[in-house]
Amino acid sequence: MKKLLPNWANVALAGALLALAIPAHASAEKGLEIAKEMKARDIGWGDSQAEMKMILTNKQGESSEREIRIQSLEVQGDGDKSLSIFDSPQDVKGTAFLSFSHAVGDDEQWLFLPALSRVKRISSSNKSGPFMGSEFAYEDLTSFEVPKYTYNYLRDENINGLDAYVIETIPVDKNSGYTRRVVWVDKVHYRVQKIEFYDRRNALLKTLTMGDYQQYLDKYWRPLTMQMVNHQTGKKTELKWSNYRFNTGLKDEDFNQNTLKRAR
Amino acid sequence: MRAIILSSALALSCFSVNAQAETETDFRGNVSLQGRAFLSEPLFPNQEDYNLSIAAQPEWNWQWNDRRDSFTLELFGRWDQNDDERTHADIRQAAWIHVGETIETRVGLRRVFWGVTEFQHLVDIINQSDLVEDLDAEDKLGQPMINFSTVQDWGIVDLYILPYFRERTFAGADGRPRLPLPVFVDDPLYESGDEEKHIDYALRWSNTIDVFDVGVAYFDGTARDPLLLPAFINGELGLRPYYPQIERFSVDAQATIESWLWKLETIYQHRDGESFVAMHGGFEYTIVGFMDSAADLGLLIEYGWDERDEQSTSLFQNDLLFGARLAMNDMASSELLMGISRDLDHDSHSLLIEGSRRFGQNVVISIDLRLFDSDEPDDLLYGLRRDDYLQLDVEYYF
Repeated sequence: MKKLLPNWANVALAGALLALAIPAHASAEKGLEIAKEMKARDIGWGDSQAEMKMILTNKQGESSEREIRIQSLEVQGDGDKSLSIFDSPQDVKGTAFLSFSHAVGDDEQWLFLPALSRVKRISSSNKSGPFMGSEFAYEDLTSFEVPKYTYNYLRDENINGLDAYVIETIPVDKNSGYTRRVVWVDKVHYRVQKIEFYDRRNALLKTLTMGDYQQYLDKYWRPLTMQMVNHQTGKKTELKWSNYRFNTGLKDEDFNQNTLKRAR
Repeated sequence: MRAIILSSALALSCFSVNAQAETETDFRGNVSLQGRAFLSEPLFPNQEDYNLSIAAQPEWNWQWNDRRDSFTLELFGRWDQNDDERTHADIRQAAWIHVGETIETRVGLRRVFWGVTEFQHLVDIINQSDLVEDLDAEDKLGQPMINFSTVQDWGIVDLYILPYFRERTFAGADGRPRLPLPVFVDDPLYESGDEEKHIDYALRWSNTIDVFDVGVAYFDGTARDPLLLPAFINGELGLRPYYPQIERFSVDAQATIESWLWKLETIYQHRDGESFVAMHGGFEYTIVGFMDSAADLGLLIEYGWDERDEQSTSLFQNDLLFGARLAMNDMASSELLMGISRDLDHDSHSLLIEGSRRFGQNVVISIDLRLFDSDEPDDLLYGLRRDDYLQLDVEYYF
């Protein structure tokens, strides 16, 4: 329960690449351009609310569910703010999580524990750890900000019937659990279609596949399904989003310790 | 008790007047079964080696007026096989919350937590401990209050008016563990002539400044931790709780720096003829991906000190505490927790080991081992030297 998620709304935007020592300059520049365009296409969404179901499946095929409601607020020029409320499993029902993410530096995070009515500031440097026992690490679920990575353009490739750029993103944060991620971004809408995650030994760890993209406010794309498969453990986690709403009237004053304490 | 009913009724009437068609309702809670097996012969003849207990904690919540108004009702009840004092019920929460433009108003019985440390909650003073529930004193009785809260750029300010005092619960003569002498919980003494109807006040400012979370508070009213005075009542020797009037200033702070949490709580307390300082602080460090696994290992070291030494009502007057928490981060949220306290004045120790995991979506099972080791009769822990126990909890959440 310690590490939760901040800004789900932007999860879809995860650019990545790695400078593979070859035509470093040109590919780095093109990679950065693609990342900037991804971010540019997702500016101005304001605020949103959504519900998420997480289905965890282990190697034996046994599964377990978690349900979370998320309120998000876009912060121009920095990471987003979010408030997440846990509805299941039942023993964590009522637990709530407040996060102020930052483009540069550590995020600020508070957890509300209803049994004690206690608000606890928690460390955000454990971003490589699993989120609620799932195959998603905390860092997989934070909002995409350009300065969080350095970039390299690798190649063009067709994916899901779409022309796509394949870029490599290298995390700037030393606490990241990855050496690099390879990201497929479609050329028309700059939506992430797939991400491969490479662990600290540079071995393929996980693959994330986005599906069922929906457009909101005639501009912003959100995937309603996200499937993460861990190749090293055989476990997988599926995220199913529902009831996405934008312009819900959330303001900065809806994200503080008082709103965290009464979040339901 | 009357004031509790009154404040509940007040909160309830606010609720019913404002209830509208678009009320959202929510129901949750848990029922639990607890078994204890003691590892030594009891000190007192009427104590048993085994104890069984069941508890229920349902909670209802209603929200209306576009979620600007809400009412929460949380009840608690326990039946205990041996201890009549531990068979008890309480209204943990019965409170109406109204969110205004700048001020949030909370009226009724509520639970409020202040502080940052883990082994002891020194600055936490609003609620009385339901000590008969568990020695860790983390269970709290519902406190009647009117609380105004405002969020400003420079922090959050809370004003509390506490119109009724709740007495601490203690294990009865048949309870185990318990104090060496029975506590006359029905005959408390108060410094104030208003007794439990004394109106207490508290004010707190808290804010987040970069990596620091800071709280500064003032409390004026009835002390939550009583002095236990030896007394004869009906020819029986026992301890009579005495609740003095106190003034207390407190500061709590946490610095969250990468994987380190640095924590400090300190109080300055004054009452007729006595002032003292106490503090409790330490750090928590988390190793993420322990031994190349998905698990986290959290390590804690805290130190508690109280200027009153032997007169301290705190168990941690000069104590070093060490804790470790292994969270497996698996589907079942498996956890292993260990805590050791060492009293530097008395050369005594206590140990807690707790393992827990979830089964399915609704059941959590935990096993606790508690050991006490003390050789000095003037040590608070000495009375527990024969009360080592193993505890099994099965909790069903709905």
